Amino acid sequence: MNIDWAALGEVFGVSLVATVGLVGLFTLGIVNGSAGKAQGGGASALARTGAYACYALCAAAVAYGIYIITAP
Amino acid sequence: MEHITLLIGIVIVTALVFDFTNGFHDTANAMATTISTGALKPKTAVAMSAVLNLIGAFLSVEVAKTISSGIIDEGSGIQPEVIFAGLVGAIIWNLLTWLAGLPSSSSHALMGGLLGATVASVGLGAVNGGTVVMKVLIPALAAPLVAGLAALLATRLTYRAARNADEQQTAKGYRAGQITSAALVSLAHGTNDAQKTMGVITLALITGGALAPQADPPTWVIVSAGVAIALGTYLGGWRIIRTMGSGLTDIKPPQGFAAQTSAAVTILASSHIGFSLSTTHVCSGAIMGSGLGRKGGVVRWSTAARMVMGWGLTLPAAGLVAAGAALLAGQGTWGVATVAVLAVVVSGGIWLLSRRQPVDHTNVNDTAVPGETAEEDAAGVVTAALQAVAPPPTVKAGSDASLPEMSLPQGTPAAGPVAEAEAEKERPRAGSTLG
Repeated sequence: MNIDWAALGEVFGVSLVATVGLVGLFTLGIVNGSAGKAQGGGASALARTGAYACYALCAAAVAYGIYIITAP
Repeated sequence: MEHITLLIGIVIVTALVFDFTNGFHDTANAMATTISTGALKPKTAVAMSAVLNLIGAFLSVEVAKTISSGIIDEGSGIQPEVIFAGLVGAIIWNLLTWLAGLPSSSSHALMGGLLGATVASVGLGAVNGGTVVMKVLIPALAAPLVAGLAALLATRLTYRAARNADEQQTAKGYRAGQITSAALVSLAHGTNDAQKTMGVITLALITGGALAPQADPPTWVIVSAGVAIALGTYLGGWRIIRTMGSGLTDIKPPQGFAAQTSAAVTILASSHIGFSLSTTHVCSGAIMGSGLGRKGGVVRWSTAARMVMGWGLTLPAAGLVAAGAALLAGQGTWGVATVAVLAVVVSGGIWLLSRRQPVDHTNVNDTAVPGETAEEDAAGVVTAALQAVAPPPTVKAGSDASLPEMSLPQGTPAAGPVAEAEAEKERPRAGSTLG
């Protein structure tokens, strides 16, 4: 019996870091994108740029995910 | 294609039926939280998942080449009858767990079925015990832990980060995030699971001599497997969606987003690193983790325990059915015919049973778990009865009255008010004893 603990540990670590990172990034984008809107005005230019940067990084992660699915 | 015998034809049809059950069994993995949080309408969600499963089936044929994942020694003389019996075992178990609304791994059902059929017809020697532990038991324990912990931390983080943001404004973002990660899960599912069926059909064609060994699956196999899994997904396993979407815990959009992202990341990481985890186990674990991550979130451990018991039973149960089917099918043509007829009869019976308490896209979000509702009702009645019979002190009556609402958030909307009314009635009396 040969259990691949290293691979399991790697899956554990990668999943944990990537999930928390992506969710954090996306939440940051949501928060930045909606900042100030509740008061009637639009989000500030800086906040909006930050939001777009966050979304772009998330989109890159999704693209990488699709790449992994197609070429395992 | 000219050498396909009747038996091989039966195996192919059975494999496609399994693929179909695989599709509707696993719709919940990608879409349960998306549906229960209202990010997508139920019908839209399953349609999207079906299309992505179909696309996924065409993306790659790598998995199809390693069908039984090395668990069964393919050189030890597997006959088409054995594959047929294994598929029958997997189909029956998939249908039974669907009837019970239990999310269980279709891959484990297929492995269990093939294992059971092989043991029954060839003997224990053809099975690699170590590989079973490595490929089945350890992943089954690890998957929910890995995905659950990631989802728990992600849920905490997203609630903390967005605690000052306006809920209306963030809702749109969470909706988009949920849909995206659910789409990734669907795509990955199509690539992985449709290919397993392609692999089984290809294996049957090779053992029957219609294809050369080591051949790639022919195009018609890829197309039919993709279509079967997409149709199954579109049908929607509403019973399982209900269990995963609202039975395990109550999911809010941020939790749905965290759970679905964790599931997508874990599935992709595991298949990329080569430590394959079951999609079902990953998704269930992620949902439970997100349930624990929200303040005031409750995980219904009784449902979770039933689910985990189902996971433990999947391999042996599918294996036993398949072993019986293999013994029968090994008797010759009449044996195969009997197994086929029995399989159709049992499936029809399960379908008829499901019509007694139908679950479809109209009531998928209504109550918790089928079968759990009765218990919850009973608990509510008991609490109310206790309140009525024994006049407790005022303060305690107040706290008791709020209990049913906290522990039974669904299924018993009446229990809270009833208990409160009873408590109101008791209050003067309790007050007088105190005074």
